[in-house]
This record gives sequence, C-alpha cells and structure tokens, in this order.
Amino acid sequence: MKKQKVCGLKLYLHYLSIICRSAMQYKASFLLMAIGQFLVSFSVFLGVYFMFQRFSNVKGFTYSEVLLCFSVMLMEFSLAEIWARGFDTFPSMIRQGTFDRVLLRPRSEVLQVLGSKFELVRIGKVLQAVVMFVYGMIHVDVQWTAAKALTVVFMLIGGTGLFTGLFMIYAALSFFTLDGLEFMNLFTDGAREYGKYPFGVYGKRMLQLTTFVIPYALVQHYPLLYILDRRDNPVYIFVPLMALWFLIPSYALWRYGVRKYKSSGS
Amino acid sequence: MITMEHVCKTYRIAKRNAGFSEACKALFHREYEEIHALKDVSFTIDNGEMVGYIGPNGAGKSSTIKILSGILTPDSGNVTVDGRLLRNSGGRVPLTKQERCSRIEHVSQIGVVFGQRSQLWWDVPVIDSFELLKDIYSISEPVYRDNLDELTELLNLKELLRTPTRQLSLGQRMRCEIAASLLHNPRILFLDEPTIGLDAVSKLAVRDFVKKLNKNHGTTVILTTHDMQDIEALASRIILIGKGQILMDGGLEDIKRGGESMDETLAELYRTYEI
Amino acid sequence: MKKYFSFFQLRLTTGLQYRTAAIAGMTTQFFWGFMEIMVFHAFYEADPSAYPMTMEATASYVWLQQALLAFFGAWMFEGEIFETINNGNLAYELCRPIHIYDMWFARSVALRLSRALLRCIPILAVAAFLPKGYGLGLPASMTAFLWFLITLIFGLLVMVALNMLVYVTSLFTISGDGLKILFCSVVEIFSGQIIPLPFFPERIQRILELNPFASMGNVPFRIYSGNLEGQEMNKAIVIQILWLIALIGLGKLIGARGERRAIVQGG
Repeated sequence: MKKQKVCGLKLYLHYLSIICRSAMQYKASFLLMAIGQFLVSFSVFLGVYFMFQRFSNVKGFTYSEVLLCFSVMLMEFSLAEIWARGFDTFPSMIRQGTFDRVLLRPRSEVLQVLGSKFELVRIGKVLQAVVMFVYGMIHVDVQWTAAKALTVVFMLIGGTGLFTGLFMIYAALSFFTLDGLEFMNLFTDGAREYGKYPFGVYGKRMLQLTTFVIPYALVQHYPLLYILDRRDNPVYIFVPLMALWFLIPSYALWRYGVRKYKSSGS
Repeated sequence: MITMEHVCKTYRIAKRNAGFSEACKALFHREYEEIHALKDVSFTIDNGEMVGYIGPNGAGKSSTIKILSGILTPDSGNVTVDGRLLRNSGGRVPLTKQERCSRIEHVSQIGVVFGQRSQLWWDVPVIDSFELLKDIYSISEPVYRDNLDELTELLNLKELLRTPTRQLSLGQRMRCEIAASLLHNPRILFLDEPTIGLDAVSKLAVRDFVKKLNKNHGTTVILTTHDMQDIEALASRIILIGKGQILMDGGLEDIKRGGESMDETLAELYRTYEI
Repeated sequence: MKKYFSFFQLRLTTGLQYRTAAIAGMTTQFFWGFMEIMVFHAFYEADPSAYPMTMEATASYVWLQQALLAFFGAWMFEGEIFETINNGNLAYELCRPIHIYDMWFARSVALRLSRALLRCIPILAVAAFLPKGYGLGLPASMTAFLWFLITLIFGLLVMVALNMLVYVTSLFTISGDGLKILFCSVVEIFSGQIIPLPFFPERIQRILELNPFASMGNVPFRIYSGNLEGQEMNKAIVIQILWLIALIGLGKLIGARGERRAIVQGG
C-alpha cells in the first residue's frame, strides 16, 4: 500500500506552529530573553562604535560601511540560529536520547531536527541587525539600486545557508564525541564576531581561507565590495549564492554521523 | 513475523579511572572496554503474539528493542520483521539509498512506547501532538478519525485531549503516549516499561487496553518490564535474556511453580542463571 | 580550609579527564586571540597616532585576556548554585555548619582557578614565540610582573564577588536568566573585554576606571606591559581593594537577608 505522503514543507510549518504556540505559553520569559539577545550583541556594537570614535577607517572601510557588514553578518547568523537551532543544540538531543525518537519516525532526520526547535527569541539580535543596517544604508556614500538590494538578499540566503551548514557539522560531530565541541564556536560565534569587519581586513591569507575553505567572504567581503562600488562586475551579485556549496560536505558528514549512531547506539 | 538469527552486538566504551594520576595518564593513553550486549541471539515471534522480554538491567533488552525497531544495526546476524530484512551481516557496509528508505518504511509500520520518555509536545494540548503525528505518519483523514475515536474511547482520553501534556498526571500521560504510538495502525507494538511509576488504577487500565488491542487487531506486542504482574497479565510467552544471551524461552506455565509469587519465581530464575 | 582545598583538587581532576575539551578550548582561545590582534593591527595601520597603547602592549593584553579567560569570563556561573536555589536543595545547604556565602565564594574561585591553570600555560607559551607586536611580550619589569600577579588575584576576587551578587540576588527572584544576560553584557563591555579601556574616548574612560568592572582584567593586563604604572597604578590598586571590600560586604548583607527569607519560606 503506497500512501500519499504529507509534503515536507507542510509538515515543517506544522512543527513551527506547535513550537510557536508552546513559546506563547511563556510570554514574559520570551520578551525578557529577546531583550537579552539584543543586549548581548549591543555590547559588541558599542565596541565598534568606540573604535570608530578614535579611528576614521579600517583598511579603507568607514564606520557606516563596517556597520553594513556587521549587520548583514549578524542577521545571517541569527537567522540560521533561529531556524537551525535544532542542530545548534543537537548534543543535548543525543544526551537525552530524543534522537532515538527521531529515528523511530518515518521522516527525514534533517526535517525532524529542524522542526524540533525554532528559536524565535533570537529575533532580538535580528532587530539590532536591522537597526544597524538601516543606519549604515542611509549614511553610506553610495547610490542604492535594485541590483544592490538583490545582492543583500542573496547575502542573507547564502550566509544563512552557510551557518546552517556549520551548525549541521557541529551536530554531526556530536555523534562521535561530546567532548571538545567547543572549538566549533570558533566557526560559528567566532565568525559572526570577527565577520563584523570584512574578512579582507585580516590580511590576504585569511581572505583566501574564507573564500575557498569556509566561504564566509563570499557572503560578506566580495558582495560588499560590489555594494560599495569598489567592484562593478555584476557577477558579484551572485557570489553569495556560491557559498551554498558548503551545505554539501556538511550534509555528507551528517549522514555519516547518523550511520555511525545507528551502528554504535550512542 | 519477527525473526532474529545469530545477532551479535558489541559496544566499545572508554574506561575512566579514578584519581588524579590516572586522569593525567588518560591524557595520553586511553583504554577501551568491549561490552558484549548481545551474543548470538536468535528467536522467532509470530504475528499476534504477546511476548514478555525480561532480564536484569544491562542484560541486552534495550539493544534488542533498538535493533528490532530499526534504529540500531547489529554487528552480525539477520533480522527480519514482517518480511523486511533490517540488516544482514557486517555493520561496516555503507547504507545504500534503498536501505535508507527502509528505515522510513520500517518505522512507519511499528509503534514504540518508552515508559521513561515522552514523545508528546510538552506545552501544547495532547490533541495538537496527535494532529502533528498525523502529518508525520501521513495518516489519511478517515483512518485518523477512526483510530482517534477508538483510542479515545478505549483509553478514556476524552477529557485529556484538550489539556497540555505538562499538566497531565503520569498515568494520564502514559495513556496518551500509548495512543500516540498507535495512531498509524502499527502491526507491531514495542512497550518499554509502560507501567513504570503508575498507580494501580492506571496500571490496570494500560494492561486492559493492551489485551484488547491484541485481541481486536491482532497486534504483535513485545513488552519489556521489571513488573512481573505486567508479564503475568499480558504475556503468553516469556523470553529471558541475561549477559547478552537468551537463557530461556517458554510459556508462563513453564517457569511458574505453585504457591510462589511471580517476583519470587523471577528471582529464582536469576539465581539459577547467575545473572 | 581543607574541605575547600579538596574541592579544588576534585575540580582539577575532573578538568583533566576531559582532555579533548581542554585542547579544543585552548585552540579556540588561541585563534580567537589571533583574530583579535589582526583587527587591532588593521586599526593601527589606519592611524598609528590615534593609538592609545603600543602595539606590543595591546598584543600582550589580548593574549593575557585569552589565556586567563576563565578568570574574568562573566558568563562562567556555577550552574549547580542556581539549581540549588531553584530546586529547593538550599534547605540542605542551610543545615550544614558552613556559611553559604563563603562556600559559594570558595567554589567559584576554585572553578575559575582550575580552569585557568589547565589552559593558560600552553596558550601563553605559544603566544610568547609569536613575532613582536603579535605575540606576548615580556613584562615591563620585574616589579611590574609582581604587581601583575598581585592585582591578578585581586581582580579574580572582584570578579567572583560580582558573581556572588548575582547568586545572592537570585535568592529573591525565581528566574535569574534576564539578570544574568544583562550582567554579562555590562561586564564584557565595561571591563575592557571587547576593547581595552584605553581605546574608549578619554572622558568615558575616566568614568569607567572608577567602576568595579575596571578592577578586574583591566588592571593586571595593563600593568604587565607597563601601560599602567606609577601614580596611576597605585590609584587603580586602591580602587581594586575598595571595590573588593564593598562588593563582599554588600554580597554578604544581601546573602544574609536571602538566607533568612529562604528559611522563613521554607526554601
């Protein structure tokens, strides 16, 4: 008997609606946590602000240009954090044994893990990113066009995808060890933190690394150059989407981890 | 029909010794210990049977359940459930696309209840969890309606469906858990300590329901428990596992001796087999 | 005193068992520090005359901060203490013949010390071999190094005393999550963990130097490289000691009230 399968997107939305209804049970705590999220990244913003009180530019990037970079990076990261939170907190799923339940259900593991968490409180960070972006957009000395707006959208898509891939790798590694996963922070929180400046600032070697190995620069440095009129080749509009290749090895590692889990049971 | 043939399963875990100097040594060299969870386990369970799977903690019960439910692959041996070959020998062969589908195909035909864990969404009414399960298992509307009505009636859920899971008592929650595992008409039901921590009334309700389920739908039930009254009430056949091996497989009457309580019988068995 | 020492030893042993965690943590902190120094270099290139510290002093500051992260990381609360408060086990603790404040204080110091001891030496050792302006420089003088050690301990105690304020106030509120986040953000920015205090505009810096957050990492890290010396240093040390006394006093006061309240309400 072949049954008509409920489509994945519909099921995902069903998961979301349950998670949101659950969150609404704790409105006060939700509000407090959202404000907290805002505060956390606000202190980072203050750091940038005070640095630019003293210096007029960094490697030729002005304050408002850096704000554009910072805000887009923060938004990409926070969006990934919101929707891929299930991967971000995956070690707890392993520890509590809830991943067994995922395997017992006739659905793809990725869909179920994504559907297990939706961290809406990160909206506080997104909000801060939006405010910074608007400020940067107004004060930056360029002409905004539809192509540039499209570039920003692609940056968000590519960047959210990239961070999702990194969270997935983090989750996949937790199939092998729960010790020492701390170093993955370097690539998630760390990248968000240091990605507030375009990666070109860190020198040529770092730029190569963030172009070819973990493609942060594709969703940040290069498209930014296009937006700021330092490059005019329209190819730069689509460069951020190229960062999505990173999802392929991430997914492969995840599959490998699931297989390992099924053979060792831990 | 379920068959397990010569199934073995070994885990490797890192040893951790106490003491400061031992901890320092572990920085450079770590010893592993092999745990043989299952050693050549074979049995067959027919459709519609109700089997009690018993043994002390760490005997290999949960490994067996995990293998049968398709979430753990054995190192060697054959496992077939309802004609679906779960995995043949050699755990190192990569999964093919075909086999990957088979997890999804397999788990959509079974139901699992873990007495110690919940599968319901904590903060929303029970019915919302059921609706989500309907989408997860792709249950068609009429089938879902029928099953829900039947389960609601048999498990007396009417008053509970609108209540958030976190507000339910343990007994109420367990009834909902069981219903949640049966919404998709599984042919096989695994019950892992379904009555743990329940009060007398809830225990009776659960046992009563499982009996009816088996009688009306011919569902195969595999039950692991430490509660011998569960076994007495439900199981027509008992499989005893200890130290990863099947020690005894037979009917209730085979082990029961006059005048003894079930707990005494079991304790005697454990002593006999030194487990 | 012995019980506090054995607790400390237990901590260290547990810490050693998680070798991968320790290695991973060190790698993370190392790269983190490296990236930070790259940023400071980029700003240095932009305008060396606007730079408030020497590049060498900045690099040393960053490395000391990374290596001793466990000393001054504001988010390093002891989860167990919050659990004790929330789940009512506080009642048991109150039955024991020890002061809650003192015990929690000792535990927090032990936690931070044990973590830092495991991790700081490898990080500092590697950082010391990096080229000038990127790596950890030598201390400005022998006296500076001595004062660095002394103020480091004071700084640690101030940090723990601040932590203690959060613990004891959460005796009064059910959920301390909001408070914790606010606390962490304020500490991070005003203690010079995001950018060292000399990088703040002059006027703001003058005010910040008086607050307790500046009495933590800021003082020892700057003394080490000679950025803080002479009269300024003496002033900073006096402020450190005053804050330490004030914070402990305040913490004990609130703690005692919280204890009484907990007893009245039955934990």
